[in-house]
Amino acid sequence: MASDGLEIRTPEGVPFSIPLAGAGARMMALIIDLLAIMAIATTGLTVFRVFEQLAPDVIGGVVTLVYFAVSTGYGIVMEIVWNGQTLGKRLLGLRVIDRGARPARPAQMVIRNLLRPVDSLPALYLTGAASCWLTKHRQRLGDLAAGTVVVRTGVSVRGDWSQLGREKYNSLREHPALAARLRQRTEPELAGLALDAVLRREELTPEARVAVFGILAEKLKGLVEFPAEAVEALSDEQYVRRAVEVLYSTAR
Amino acid sequence: MILDLDRFVREGEPRWQELEAVLTRMEKHPYAAVEVTELERLHALYQRTSADLLRVRGLHSEARLRQYLESLVSRGYTAIHGVTDRKKAAWFGWFLKDFPRAVRRQAGALALAMALFWGGSAVGAGLLVVMYEERETLFPFAGLAAKPSERVKQETVERSQMVAERTGRFSAHLIQNNTRVAIFTFALGMTYGVGPTVLLFSNGVYLGAVAMDYVKDGQTLFLLGWLLPHGVIELPAIILAGQAAFLLTGALLPRGRRAPVGERLRAVFPDALAIMGGVAVLLAWAGIVEAFFSQYHEPVVPYAVKIAFGIGELAGLLAFLQLAGRDGE
Repeated sequence: MASDGLEIRTPEGVPFSIPLAGAGARMMALIIDLLAIMAIATTGLTVFRVFEQLAPDVIGGVVTLVYFAVSTGYGIVMEIVWNGQTLGKRLLGLRVIDRGARPARPAQMVIRNLLRPVDSLPALYLTGAASCWLTKHRQRLGDLAAGTVVVRTGVSVRGDWSQLGREKYNSLREHPALAARLRQRTEPELAGLALDAVLRREELTPEARVAVFGILAEKLKGLVEFPAEAVEALSDEQYVRRAVEVLYSTAR
Repeated sequence: MILDLDRFVREGEPRWQELEAVLTRMEKHPYAAVEVTELERLHALYQRTSADLLRVRGLHSEARLRQYLESLVSRGYTAIHGVTDRKKAAWFGWFLKDFPRAVRRQAGALALAMALFWGGSAVGAGLLVVMYEERETLFPFAGLAAKPSERVKQETVERSQMVAERTGRFSAHLIQNNTRVAIFTFALGMTYGVGPTVLLFSNGVYLGAVAMDYVKDGQTLFLLGWLLPHGVIELPAIILAGQAAFLLTGALLPRGRRAPVGERLRAVFPDALAIMGGVAVLLAWAGIVEAFFSQYHEPVVPYAVKIAFGIGELAGLLAFLQLAGRDGE
């Protein structure tokens, strides 16, 4: 039922997708938040205990109210102050935003948190989990009412494009007609796989690296046959790197 | 491959990094003031990056680059098109105006909540009369099974002393418990009205049964003196939480409207939140009164004083809800 992303089209006509938070990450964030509430409450309790002998009744009342305020208001206050994040959400890279991909307003944060009790019914957030599973944008009832979604956000993970390997000499480029044919015959999927392999080659174990580049080199060599002097003494990995450079860079 | 990816990345990377830095700064300090020049720069970078995204979007092979640019554009979109509400809340203005206005504006939901609660009370009182021999089956907890006259004797002799030693703690307990019940009632509005209906009606039944039990046992004066000081605030507060819950229910039900459910819910938010805020204030007051005043009986506090106090509170609450915030409405 649920989709992986929140699809948006900007007024400029640019479509993009924001990845939605998974149930596991949300549950982990909730557990961290519950631990944070316990930590705050325990700290408060310890501080107030120091003064308990002075006025036990008053301090007892204050402790009760402080614990209630922290447990009920934690989500509301944190999400308003941290722009849609609690401690748990921040640690796991999640954020509450408006359904239209704008920042959620304070009123929306209040509503989604006030409706938490109904999501937690009958126990262990089962209603909320069922709602996340059944709705397109993985919304619990509080999110549905408030018009909010929980997304994975924050850091933009940049690819290391320096890995593309701008080598000074590329023997494949010595044969422009064959290089053009390689660009023409290579399917986008294969080109993407080869690029990804080059960009992420340091993440592979030596054995996997040899195997992956062996398969890719074989596929690429099958599309266009370069003269022997252009490819001799090249390892499979070197061949793939040069082919990727030919595929993705038209500049000499 | 039409795109020279190598050159594209080389040329685009500096502005992507600049956009990322601006966005990270804005996300860390969402309520900080932003210079006009910075906003203009953000907008320019966002538009250039959007154009970059469009260029690579059609190429399935550049998944990583596309994801990176999508992430930047989505963050830029959120920063540019979002409105951060930096308006400071006027707390007294809100309580004195928005809260009573919302209660009056949503009279239908209030009437429904009142009908359920007072209807339940009437049923509870009626059941007690009919089933007087098995009266204890009507009570929510065993402590109410004893005869009211015996409980009154016990309360007046022992309770005042006991309560006096822990009024602060007791008051806090009452405030948090009642507020929790009010929030729960409100949240149950999302069950298409089933939850608040059951909760309001059943609580009405218990109240009606207990009250009639005291009346039948000749303890009306004690009952009024005990319940009125805090009950005239606490019970309306729970009914008002029911009113807010029925606002959610009303928004969930299409009732011939074409607007999507999310839009209908957002339309009732301001009133629902104003009412719930008011409920929290009322329950805080009721908790203090219950702990520091209601639990003291004759001869410490004469019943007449307690009853007069309760009637005065009720009149004040009704006048407040009826008249406050009329100007400029």
